Amino acid sequence: MNEGFAGHPSAGRVPVLRLGRVLLVTIQGDLHDSTAQQLQEDLSQSVVDSGATGVVIDISGVEIVDSFLGRVLAEIAAQSSLLAARTVVVGMRPAVAITLVELGLTLPGLDTALSTEAALELLDAPVPSARPGAPRQERP
Amino acid sequence: MGTAAGVEARLPIGSDLDLMWVRQHVRQAAATLGFGLVDQTKLVTAASELARNTLVYGGGGTMESEHLVDGSSHGLRLTFSDEGPGIADIEQALSDGFTSGEGLGMGLGGARRLVHEFAIESAPGAGTTVRVTSWTGRPPKPREEF
Repeated sequence: MNEGFAGHPSAGRVPVLRLGRVLLVTIQGDLHDSTAQQLQEDLSQSVVDSGATGVVIDISGVEIVDSFLGRVLAEIAAQSSLLAARTVVVGMRPAVAITLVELGLTLPGLDTALSTEAALELLDAPVPSARPGAPRQERP
Repeated sequence: MGTAAGVEARLPIGSDLDLMWVRQHVRQAAATLGFGLVDQTKLVTAASELARNTLVYGGGGTMESEHLVDGSSHGLRLTFSDEGPGIADIEQALSDGFTSGEGLGMGLGGARRLVHEFAIESAPGAGTTVRVTSWTGRPPKPREEF
């Protein structure tokens, strides 16, 4: 259930959807360099405008991540962190992960999750007791 | 090693839109030659790095794509050429973390790790030519010492 566009989707722009306190971005296919840079600018503005505490970037539809797109993702995470929002990259394809490691680009500052659902859980429950292995809390 | 079936395509590299054409061409060529998904991804990523170098540091140029055959293995050879300022210290340019621009410095050295064969020719004022080749049905090349 999205509450509307936080960005202004048009040709050459990636739409930024708002879902409560989380901004959701889905990157599809091959991204033009300038579109990636535009997304980076749009997102920092959207984080400030919406007061979002989380940014989820779905790259399951992305066939390759080169050092340019890798840098854009890392910078989005860094700038969001300065604006008090946490970024989670979701759905990286296995072939992309293998290639990134061989390329030497392990993006240590980037949080990842395998699905959007897992990312939202991660953003909702950053407390240590939510980790697997931690004592389960009694539910009413 | 291998017989060249001639230049199959020559693509201009003059804008970031051309980078998308390069990636699309390499993806299709690699898929047609029978490269697996991981190998396709590596080759397209290497091509993207090298094409961006050609654009950003070489001031634009071309990519040539050739289909090679060696026994039962098919090869895809990509040659990136520019007439830009060239590279004075190639060893330094290949080392991780080296950058003369705004990149992460993973372009050349990273691309070299993603392909089977890698050759570079460059001199100050003489432009740069990078030639990479990957083959179907071959294991990744041995890892370098880190």
